[in-house]
Amino acid sequence: MKVPLSWLREYVDLPAVTAHEVADKLTAAGLKLEAITSHGHDVKNVVVGEVLSIEELEGFKKPIRHCQVEVGEAAPRQIVCGATNFTAGDRVPVVLPGGVLPGGFEVGARKTYGRMSEGMICSERELGLGDDHGGIMLLPADTPIGADVVELLGLREDVIELEITPDIGYALSVRGVAREVATAFGVAFRDPADLSPPAETGPSHPASIADPTACDRFVLRAVRGFDPHAPSPFWMRARLTRAGMRPVSLAVDVTNYVMLELGQPLHAFDATKLSGEIVVRRAEPGETLETLDHVVRALHPEDVLITDSSGAISMAGTMGGLHTEISDDSTDIVIEAAHFAPSGVARMSRRHNLVSEASKRFERGVDRELPLYASWRAVRLLAELGGGTIQPGVTCAEVETEPVRISIPSGHPGRVAGMRYDRGTVIRRLEQVGCTVTEGADAAEGAEAADGLAARLAVTGDDMLTVVPPSWRPDLTDPNDLAEEVIRLEGYENLPSVLPAAPAGAGLTEGQRLRRRVGRALASAGYVEVLAYPFMGERDLDNLQLPVGDARRRAVRLANPLSEDEPLMRTTLLPGLLKTLVRNVGRGAGDVALFETGLVYRPAADAPATAPVLGVERRPTDDELASIEAALPAQPRRVAVVLAGEFERSGWWGKGTPATWADAVEAARTVAREAGASLEVRADRHEPWHPGRCAALYAGETLVGHAGELHPRVVEAYGLPPRTCAMELELTGLEASLSGPVETPAISAYPVATQDVALIVDAAVPVAEVEAALREGAGALLEAIRLFDVYAGAQVGEGNKSLAYSLRFRAPDRTLTVEETTAARDAAVALAGERTGARLRGA
Amino acid sequence: MSNYDPVEVTPLHADEMARMQAEALEAVKAARDLDELKQVRLAHAGDRSPIALANREIGALPPAARAEAGKRVGGARKAIADALAERQAQLEAERDERVLVEETVDVTLPWDRLPRGARHPLTTLQERIADAFVAMGYEVAEGPELEGEWFNFDALNISPDHPARSEHDTFFVESVDSGKVLRTQTSPVQIRALLSRELPVYVISPGKVFRTDELDATHTPVFHQIEGLAVDEGLTMAHLKGTLDRFAEVMFGKGITTRFRPNYFPFTEPSAEMDLKCFVCRGASAVPGNPPCRTCKSEGWIEWGGCGMVNPRVLIACGVDPDRYSGFAFGMGVERTLMFRHNAEDMRDMVEGDARFTLPFGMEV
Repeated sequence: MKVPLSWLREYVDLPAVTAHEVADKLTAAGLKLEAITSHGHDVKNVVVGEVLSIEELEGFKKPIRHCQVEVGEAAPRQIVCGATNFTAGDRVPVVLPGGVLPGGFEVGARKTYGRMSEGMICSERELGLGDDHGGIMLLPADTPIGADVVELLGLREDVIELEITPDIGYALSVRGVAREVATAFGVAFRDPADLSPPAETGPSHPASIADPTACDRFVLRAVRGFDPHAPSPFWMRARLTRAGMRPVSLAVDVTNYVMLELGQPLHAFDATKLSGEIVVRRAEPGETLETLDHVVRALHPEDVLITDSSGAISMAGTMGGLHTEISDDSTDIVIEAAHFAPSGVARMSRRHNLVSEASKRFERGVDRELPLYASWRAVRLLAELGGGTIQPGVTCAEVETEPVRISIPSGHPGRVAGMRYDRGTVIRRLEQVGCTVTEGADAAEGAEAADGLAARLAVTGDDMLTVVPPSWRPDLTDPNDLAEEVIRLEGYENLPSVLPAAPAGAGLTEGQRLRRRVGRALASAGYVEVLAYPFMGERDLDNLQLPVGDARRRAVRLANPLSEDEPLMRTTLLPGLLKTLVRNVGRGAGDVALFETGLVYRPAADAPATAPVLGVERRPTDDELASIEAALPAQPRRVAVVLAGEFERSGWWGKGTPATWADAVEAARTVAREAGASLEVRADRHEPWHPGRCAALYAGETLVGHAGELHPRVVEAYGLPPRTCAMELELTGLEASLSGPVETPAISAYPVATQDVALIVDAAVPVAEVEAALREGAGALLEAIRLFDVYAGAQVGEGNKSLAYSLRFRAPDRTLTVEETTAARDAAVALAGERTGARLRGA
Repeated sequence: MSNYDPVEVTPLHADEMARMQAEALEAVKAARDLDELKQVRLAHAGDRSPIALANREIGALPPAARAEAGKRVGGARKAIADALAERQAQLEAERDERVLVEETVDVTLPWDRLPRGARHPLTTLQERIADAFVAMGYEVAEGPELEGEWFNFDALNISPDHPARSEHDTFFVESVDSGKVLRTQTSPVQIRALLSRELPVYVISPGKVFRTDELDATHTPVFHQIEGLAVDEGLTMAHLKGTLDRFAEVMFGKGITTRFRPNYFPFTEPSAEMDLKCFVCRGASAVPGNPPCRTCKSEGWIEWGGCGMVNPRVLIACGVDPDRYSGFAFGMGVERTLMFRHNAEDMRDMVEGDARFTLPFGMEV
């Protein structure tokens, strides 16, 4: 909302304050300053002149005039001018040599078209008054010659632009802002709606409201014999322009001016184009309307329409119809001022993607009592400025509505604020807002809605006040709404600052702690965290080589995705990570290791398609809540890494090692270690991994993820560096297996006994199985086992591999004998042999 | 003494003894390294050294002379042993010195064989904020990112026709009337907390939220908020202000100036915006005539987050009696906070995942 300060001053006895001081007070009252624009402060030396004589100069491509202009000095000025819309005797604005026009444009005396020109005769645009550059601005004949045009036309203006929150529709008007300014400065406010329209009897035009849920007040007034060519006065055009609206014609400008001033949207019909009774109703099936913007709109049965016997003539409070629009020759005008249901206008405006100054106001709430007054103000302006006559009679169709009454204890605002406001202050502030305050609880209220929402909202206490909010504040419905009015007018800045004593909390949950540990562990291990967008496309699923029927292909689809390429919610973290890796490589990084922790979205195949939208007047039942949960996809938290290039860097110390499947598996172990889980690794084939280099990761018997080198086709599809590796595992699964406090180990001080064994197994036997068998076979005396060599070659036979293990034995209570450790070793080898076919090398 | 064979006792003569000792000490002194000293030890202190041989002669002396001769030999042997030990220590020290010098390396050589990674500052900033509240007794609450509309809007007093609902540029799950959205705010976690926890409730809830904005320097369709909620008996706006003042101090240091001004949110009433005095111009740019400020767009203040007293309608939708309980809630943008706190100027850097952006933030912000 842009408000020229001069317009405010018309209705508020403002002391000598700057626009910034006004804006600061408004910001403190909840109308936040967006910007202040100053106009005309740089304009200088522009005076009223009278054109004494005009000499048309010949021989130029366009008409050029050399004028003698009387400006109240000793002698007239001679000025060259290219405009032709004035004649001798006209009074015009003249910028004298040394003068300055808006934007710092300096004007001097110079020779042009062969003549001296001592200044310039100005158009409205040159004076910074809108777009009208059609010719020279003509001033009334009685304008004093030599007068300062800046003063005369009020060129100097500060415009305050405010951000108006959606609850306070009243502040989308000079009237509403002026009331706030008056309260903020503690000065008098003159209500521009305080008009006295004559008591009318008959209707000006037959009209009725067919749907009282769409409209509860509908007013029509008529003007006849209006001069459609009468121009809007300069002051009106200037104000409209500064408030951000484009002047169009007198009739349109008047409706806009009244809307800006009072907040009541108006619509002007050409009376001659109306036929029969006007009815406010909802649209009928198949009904259409061509609107002002020449679009034929198919109407929805819930759309609120103004209709006459010919059908729809306007979309209520949103946009008028083309056929009944006033035109350049309309002389008989019907002004509509109505109060439409905010939700009706809101839905219609959204449905048709039509946001207008009118719809914005209706949606946010317009003063229900305004139509009679605003329409009167409009027809008076039309008659005064356009020479028409106001037709006697006014149509006022209305539906009675009961005003809202709210009961609060006088101490309620203070209880909400956490400070004391005395009773008088509470009442005074509410009255400044426009409320009527009476003592005692509202008797009607309690009886009427003992069980409803109002009863649940009711605040009890001593010294009850009953408050009726003003018609322009439909947002005030609840006790806390009134509390806010008192608190904001008393000043949020005056609220005390008190730290409450919360009860002792339990700190982070184990799952939350785990997430932090995992992040730190991966970062310590060399991975950089990224937060990729959780969107993906079908193309990602193909790039990942996921087979038809893979569960990760069942993804949530967005109705309005940001990009048509990525309409799905991710079912795996890998697409985002891989694309981020490619971006890093593209920017010159050679060795990249990234990780992400985040949710994936896994809809169940049999989940309901829609989540019910429940009521809000009570707590939903557990079953109702469960019906929402059932429709939501599972959203487990996962962690994933991707890595390419060297994991251990080359340098002056020698060669590094490239990132391999083993690093990816180790990343999984790093994560699992933080969860206190031991991860069992099994060979697997699972896209997008390399079928021979893919590890399935198990926590106990639960599959929690996969790790390894990516499939070469995946590498190619994403343009990844060769042999890029990845790991993804479900943290939510690990959280479940968090094992609780660690048992303190018993530390034996007895000596260690070490035995090395070299085993030969078939090359296809997974090492993890051999090791598991060795561990189990060695029994309780085994302290540690370490694989220190893997060898494949002629010496161990084709298709075999040799595994060299070091076994460390120790007993808690004695020094082990050689016999004991050998027996344990033999038992280990025997079990490994039994389970995996391993035999001692050389045996 | 003249009664004995002079040949037999010559080595034990005082002169002879002195000569042997002097010779030995000379040799010790002359030894240039530990190997030579070892030879010297053998020659002058070993079993076959002259002095050892002389020692054997003592037995041949008449008893009256033995004591004196023994004393003389012992003295010489001790002197030699001391000299050897001293020289040994000296030569060892010299050797050590030499070896350690030879082993000198250039300790300024770089070492990035296993470079460390880093955590994303948006993650660690959320943790830092959560920690500030955990220290005040709050617990961290969480909820789904793909949320029911009822939780994201209706329960928060944002009815279907509410202007605020259309201002949230919402991602809808297909189809549009599925009742499912990507949450536009972390506020639905308030509802979940009130429905599932026992009163009083003090929770903080960081997380990802979604709006259909195109990515640019100051917008991203996927961003993070941190939401706080306290519902208890007797909570007031003063408590809200006290909590946020403390929070601002923890995040930005003492001396930060805050401002409460009225604003509107459907789920709080009264509602407020929490502004911070601009760190860069300290508010000076708002005064006409002063140089403009890019950080606060010459407003002098920076919007940090919205807050207010939980709207009693929200409490009712969660089954909480508003006549007995009151509460406050607040929400801040984590990206914005990172921008203010760390001079991060372009939001694209936060979402693109370039390791060079993240690495300097290390493990904590």
